[in-house]
Amino acid sequence: MNLAVRDVRHHAGRFVLTSVGIGLLLMIVMGMGGIYRGLIHEATLLVDRVGADLWVVQGSTRGPFAEVSRLPANLEDRVRAVPGVAVARRFVSHTFQREHQGRALRLVVQGLSWPEDRGDWAPLVAGRPLRQAHFEMIADQSLQLPLGERVRLGKDMYEVVGLTRGMVGSGGDGLAFLTVSDAMAVQFDVPGEAVRLERAARQARLENLDLGRVTPQLSERALGPTSELPALGPPQVSAILVTLSEGADPARVAATLSTWPDVTVYSTQQQKDLLLSGMVDKARRQLGLFRALLIIISTIIIALIIYTLTLDKIRDIALLKLIGARNRVIIGLIFQQALLMGVLGYALAWWLGGFAFPHFPRLVVIETADLVQLAFIVLGISMLASLLGIGKALNVEANTVLAT
Amino acid sequence: MESVPGVEATRLTKIYGHGHTEVVAVQDVTLRVARGEIVALLGPSGAGKSTLLTAMALINPPTSGQIRIGGQLVMDGDRALVDLRAFRRKNLGFVFQKANLIPFLNARENVQVALEVNDVPPRAAHQRAMELLEYLGVGTRADNLPDALSGGEQQRVAVARALANHPSLILADEPTAALDSHRGRQVMELFARVAHEHGTAVIVVTHDARALDVFDRTVHMEDGRLKNGKSPGG
Ligand SMILES: Nc1ncnc2c1ncn2[C@@H]1O[C@H](COP(=O)(O)OP(=O)(O)O)[C@@H](O)[C@H]1O
Ligand SMILES: [Mg+2]
Repeated sequence: MNLAVRDVRHHAGRFVLTSVGIGLLLMIVMGMGGIYRGLIHEATLLVDRVGADLWVVQGSTRGPFAEVSRLPANLEDRVRAVPGVAVARRFVSHTFQREHQGRALRLVVQGLSWPEDRGDWAPLVAGRPLRQAHFEMIADQSLQLPLGERVRLGKDMYEVVGLTRGMVGSGGDGLAFLTVSDAMAVQFDVPGEAVRLERAARQARLENLDLGRVTPQLSERALGPTSELPALGPPQVSAILVTLSEGADPARVAATLSTWPDVTVYSTQQQKDLLLSGMVDKARRQLGLFRALLIIISTIIIALIIYTLTLDKIRDIALLKLIGARNRVIIGLIFQQALLMGVLGYALAWWLGGFAFPHFPRLVVIETADLVQLAFIVLGISMLASLLGIGKALNVEANTVLAT
Repeated sequence: MESVPGVEATRLTKIYGHGHTEVVAVQDVTLRVARGEIVALLGPSGAGKSTLLTAMALINPPTSGQIRIGGQLVMDGDRALVDLRAFRRKNLGFVFQKANLIPFLNARENVQVALEVNDVPPRAAHQRAMELLEYLGVGTRADNLPDALSGGEQQRVAVARALANHPSLILADEPTAALDSHRGRQVMELFARVAHEHGTAVIVVTHDARALDVFDRTVHMEDGRLKNGKSPGG
């Protein structure tokens, strides 16, 4: 005969209500762990999916995710000449926040090195990869852009031709894949007025220079597009992605590239570590703090309820002692109730989480290891929470039964 | 009657409080009840009957004196010489003025719990609890929670609980206060039968003069002392 269950049945309302509260708290604890896993997943998703062996970024920077990295696009050709490099690609990635049909649209424009890369590797759920060099985009579902939708970026309209699922940048914003040249055009887009003002300023500067006055062709060039001015150098990219040829030693290639004073080289793992040690780490500590606080709150709530349930039956416990019940019967009665509350709360958290987590704004990834860990934590807090009640119960004298 | 020791209190004294709040509830009482004997403990309110009974029930340690149960010295002054809880569970049965049933257990479970704390397997405990309830005429109320039982029914469940483990000593403090005189007499007769058939020592505190004939002996208490006991047949 289980005394704990029978007592709980007698106080079903109070017990269930508390368990629901504990369940909601544990659901948030579970969700926070899931959000942390989601952060890691999202932060490293692109690095993983892009499939590069080495990342060449601007010298002594931790780019392109943790900080800004700028490299001339033609570095690609230099990298390609290094022995052991099979493919070198330009990596262009930039976050935009635009107004689209009256709502804020945050998207990460990601350049694909057309024509080798058309986005065939991306997990398409609808539509197709890119088929044209310009004005097409593959958008992530989270951006809520339907197939065929046309979005203005820079001066041009881009049509959504494909949809991916779960492709987000390290900040959790959906990815939009464009060809590299389109991505660069969007990134370096300047309003017409700014272009006109800069052109006039260039003209004025040139007229004040001796060089300008003696070479009239120069001022003609200065009126052309900025990007065609040789003095301004080639277009800039964020990084060059290196794919090694079969059997090449990554360390050797990296060592060769590292001797170039203008670049820094990272392996994919190093790139992930940079992401995780930087932005994700703070979020992890923040979430960890909240988790710890919520677990403490849950413990206190369970402890208080178990304590009041114990006070309610203090005479019954005294009677049990009177008829000779061993301490383990009494400890079991209280501990099992705390455990039952913890288990009910945990089950409820798990069940509710199944409905709630997909609707969280950030990705929630629930891993079995985390579930097991939380189960042990719940076991621990149930044990801890029952101590107060157990202490009270063990101190009760059998003759309390006789007190009126 | 052959006198096998049931319970024996020797020069028992119980003093509550100290200093000017001191109350001498039981003073130098020596009482011996043999196995198979049922004794009524009588006396006015405040005489110290409950104190004496709870001391012998090993839930209220005396200030001085000794208690032997089944020939074994268990209390020497306020010092316990055995594990009292284990001793109670194996040897003692109690009934009090109030039934003191556990409110979240039904009638049967209230009896069964006493058996289970004494390591009777659940199935056997269940069966014995049902037999006892039927024996006491409350078998049909076995599944009811105490709240749903009348005072008399509750008291009979408490009696069943006291009998559950075949104790060698039963102590009952005004067990029939909540019963009508017919039911009250029935309970007294039951105690007498248990005493005589199972060789149990039974002490019952009672005010009910009409049922005194079922007792082997009556003992009177006043101001914490025993008055000369009259025992039918010596
Ligand atoms: N727990 C206690 N603390 C102090 N005094 C008590 C306590 N219990 C009983 N008494 C006193 O001891 C005396 C005997 O009480 P009790 O044993 O209950 O007598 P009875 O059961 O014969 O009415 C009374 O004067 C009572 O007030
Ligand atoms: Mg009394």
